[in-house]
Amino acid sequence: MAYPVPAEFFVVLSMILFVMGAMGVVLRKNAILVFMSVELMLNASNLALVVFARQWQNMNGHVFVFFVMTVAAAEVAIGLALIVTIFRHKKSINIDDLHQMEG
Amino acid sequence: MHTTTYPQLIPLVILIPALGAFINIFWGARLRERVSGWIGIGAALISFFISVLILIHVRDAHGAGSVVNPAALFDSWIRMDSIGLNIPWQFRVDPITVTMLLIVTGIGSLIHIYSMGYMHGDPKFSRFFAYLNMFLMFMLILVTANNFLMMFVGWEGVGVMSFLLIGFWWDKGGALGRKNANAARKAMIVNRIGDFGILMAIFLIFWTFGTLDFYRPGETANVCYTAEVNHLEPLPASCAEEHGAVAGEEHAVEGAVVEGTGEEHAEATAVAGEEHAEATAVVGAAETGDHATPVTEGAHPTTTTEEPGPAVTGENGEEVHAAVTLDQIDNSRFEFKQLGVFNQTAHLMTLPEDAPERQVVMGPFTWNFRDVLFLIVMFLLLGVTGKSAQIPLFVWLPDAMAGPTPVSALMHAATMVTAGVFLLIRSNVFLDYVPEARLIITIVGSVTALVAGFMAVGQWDIKRVLAFSTISQLGFMVAAVGLGAYVAALFHLLTHAVFKALLFLGSGSVIHGVEHGHHHAHAHAHDTHGEEHGDSHAAHDEHTGDSHGHDAHAQPTFDPQDMRNMGGLFSRMPITAVTYLIGTFALAGLPFFAGFWSKDEILGDAFNEAFFGHSQWIVASGLVALPLLLIAAGMTAFYMWRQVQMVFFGDPRSEGAAQAPESVSWMTIPLMILAFFSITIGFINVPSYTPIFSGFLGIQDYEFKHFLESAVPSVTAGESLNFNILLAATAVAIAFAAIFVAHSIYAGNKAVVNRDAAIENRNDPLNTGASGSMWRLANARLYWDETYFRLFENPYNRISQLLAALDWDALHDYFHDSVLARGYNAVAGFLARPFDQGIIDGVVNGVARVVGLVSGRVRGVQTGYVRTYAVALLLGVVAVVLVMLLPLLQAR
Repeated sequence: MAYPVPAEFFVVLSMILFVMGAMGVVLRKNAILVFMSVELMLNASNLALVVFARQWQNMNGHVFVFFVMTVAAAEVAIGLALIVTIFRHKKSINIDDLHQMEG
Repeated sequence: MHTTTYPQLIPLVILIPALGAFINIFWGARLRERVSGWIGIGAALISFFISVLILIHVRDAHGAGSVVNPAALFDSWIRMDSIGLNIPWQFRVDPITVTMLLIVTGIGSLIHIYSMGYMHGDPKFSRFFAYLNMFLMFMLILVTANNFLMMFVGWEGVGVMSFLLIGFWWDKGGALGRKNANAARKAMIVNRIGDFGILMAIFLIFWTFGTLDFYRPGETANVCYTAEVNHLEPLPASCAEEHGAVAGEEHAVEGAVVEGTGEEHAEATAVAGEEHAEATAVVGAAETGDHATPVTEGAHPTTTTEEPGPAVTGENGEEVHAAVTLDQIDNSRFEFKQLGVFNQTAHLMTLPEDAPERQVVMGPFTWNFRDVLFLIVMFLLLGVTGKSAQIPLFVWLPDAMAGPTPVSALMHAATMVTAGVFLLIRSNVFLDYVPEARLIITIVGSVTALVAGFMAVGQWDIKRVLAFSTISQLGFMVAAVGLGAYVAALFHLLTHAVFKALLFLGSGSVIHGVEHGHHHAHAHAHDTHGEEHGDSHAAHDEHTGDSHGHDAHAQPTFDPQDMRNMGGLFSRMPITAVTYLIGTFALAGLPFFAGFWSKDEILGDAFNEAFFGHSQWIVASGLVALPLLLIAAGMTAFYMWRQVQMVFFGDPRSEGAAQAPESVSWMTIPLMILAFFSITIGFINVPSYTPIFSGFLGIQDYEFKHFLESAVPSVTAGESLNFNILLAATAVAIAFAAIFVAHSIYAGNKAVVNRDAAIENRNDPLNTGASGSMWRLANARLYWDETYFRLFENPYNRISQLLAALDWDALHDYFHDSVLARGYNAVAGFLARPFDQGIIDGVVNGVARVVGLVSGRVRGVQTGYVRTYAVALLLGVVAVVLVMLLPLLQAR
């Protein structure tokens, strides 16, 4: 079966998205954006999983994707709630303002 | 009737009193008196009902015994494979068990009912019923046991309950409470000596037989009898010679017990050769039920009945067990080591004297099996002298009268003290083969019967007279066992249980009445004098129900158990008096009362053995027993008539007796029931050719004996005794003569000399002149207790005082203070300062300091910024991925 687009392209796209996500997490100050970057990383990995599932004709990858999406949804619910609470508390969502746990 | 499943109920007989005891122990204090009493009575009655069902089963099965496994859980109650010890918790259902079950639960129920009246108002009412229920439970374990260890559990259990119930009023305060507690302790300690004997016997039995089971499932106790009642033809060859020998005669017994060559097995019709291996294998695996299931239709798979098969109606309407064949009832299909102890004994005794199986190796010694058997029986006898109050260990029973009267009736007359006799009857197969041991047993029993009868004449305490009477009657039973008359022994056990329970309960009723009368008179007298005696009213109120026996609050001089304070109660307490008279006649053996039949049977057996015995041991037993027991029977009538005259006739000798009220119907109804049975229970074992009674009113000869036959092999071998008119007439003449003599001495107001004097000066008419020294000897109980004090207790006390002095002066003062204490202080001083403060503290503090130093450096890592952690996480992931990929990169 021939593919119009080779799998390598998708893998490279996935890598790019993942690195963008990672950089976002490390470099951004806005908590919402950090959070979105995490989602980006998750979706990058989802993409890779789907691609490999397609390539190996194996359904395991699809199952994983579903799990990841479910976990991501749960994480969004909790994460946003946390951010809203933090905002109410500190009037700010700059993550550099949050360093009370400093050792 | 399909009664084959009834034995399955037997665990309930034990569990229901256990449940009653459980409820009364944990919630009794919160229950009302009536409720907790009814729980106790109900438990006893349900047990009795189940016992009756089991009786129906055993009668239907012609007395066939069976072994009941309550649950597979108990198949290996105590198990140690390394030494081949496997003791299952199994019940033995056979005629002996059923008889004991009915005695224990039947009389137990009546005494529970009686206690409802007697213990009314006692602060520990529910505790009393809990103890009674628990006693029933242990006694039922004892009588239903299928092995010696389980029996020992019951044996010790009833000992504990005896201890608790004798000392039930330990909290009476002062000297009285101490007396009760000491009586309980005495019973416990004396019984320990006997229990040593039982333990030794159990060890020896296990060493010799490799098992403690009485019978294994599927065994037949008495093959000849079982073959006969099932109309099996031809009888096994060795059964043919059974008739013409005297009961208990050893040669006939040896022939009768061991014979046959068959297989009982589900596939009994299969070829015998094939079957043998299989049967042995199955039985060897202690698998009790499954292989029998095809035969016992409808029976629970955990039971093996010796006579399996559905009962069908025979030609003449009589039930026969059609499915039984000779192969099924014969024991020789078992390898003999797979049998229970009794059939093993029977088997071993058929082997020649020098057969290797008959040599018992005990460490460096090798003993002959017969000698070991003798030793076992002697150790059992030691246990029996403790529990059944025989010489030399009988001294605890008179003191045990400190307990509440229902306890005396139930445990120290009807049931617990008969456990020893029961044990000997259970071991009848052992006894059959050691006539010399039986001679010793006979001597012990007969001498006890006589000595205790003599002591009873000199007692003032109404219950002590009965206690010595019990010892004496137990002596009759033990002597009967020694004579090989196991049926007579069990028969006397049964009748004695009924009429002695009656007498004890009657004496309780008398004590109760006299005490009430005393309180009534006491309070009344003070009222008329117009004195302030608030405390006497308090005492009266407090004791309207509960104060029995001696009473610390009442006048200390008044003893409601002392017969010198009684007299003239016949008109005051008519029901108690009439029932008491019936009990007295039954005990004295007046014709046609229960005691007549059973005592006469023992005497008849003694007579037969004395004059027709087949070996010198048996003749000697008979010759010892006959005269001693005849005199003891005369003593019995004498002391009972003395007691009756002192208690019920003449004029009252105290205010208490003058105003004694009749007891409540809780107490009188059991008395009446027991009185009825004291008259009629003897008819179950009327000898052959008895004038009037033989065949009259449907009474059959020796019904009880035939009922027991399947459990007592020697009966089948013996000849049934005809009614011996000469002997019966002699015994009755002696009894009447004794009553006549007693009447001439004690009648009416002659019963107590100086009847108006202070109580300690009132005297027995015999305590004068020539008979005085004898009477004082009886009154002092032959100085038996004092002798024990001098022989054992005083030396023991002296030695312990010596050791105590040694301990204080030498050990404590010198060794302890100078050596131990100083050395200890030196070591402790070293350990405290240089060692503990220097080394231990240094190490601990050093560790803490190092940790603090390091953590101060490391803490900077925790910046608190999420970003830092994210980077760390990322770097970590990268590192992990690199490590995972490194081998792949190298492979390139």
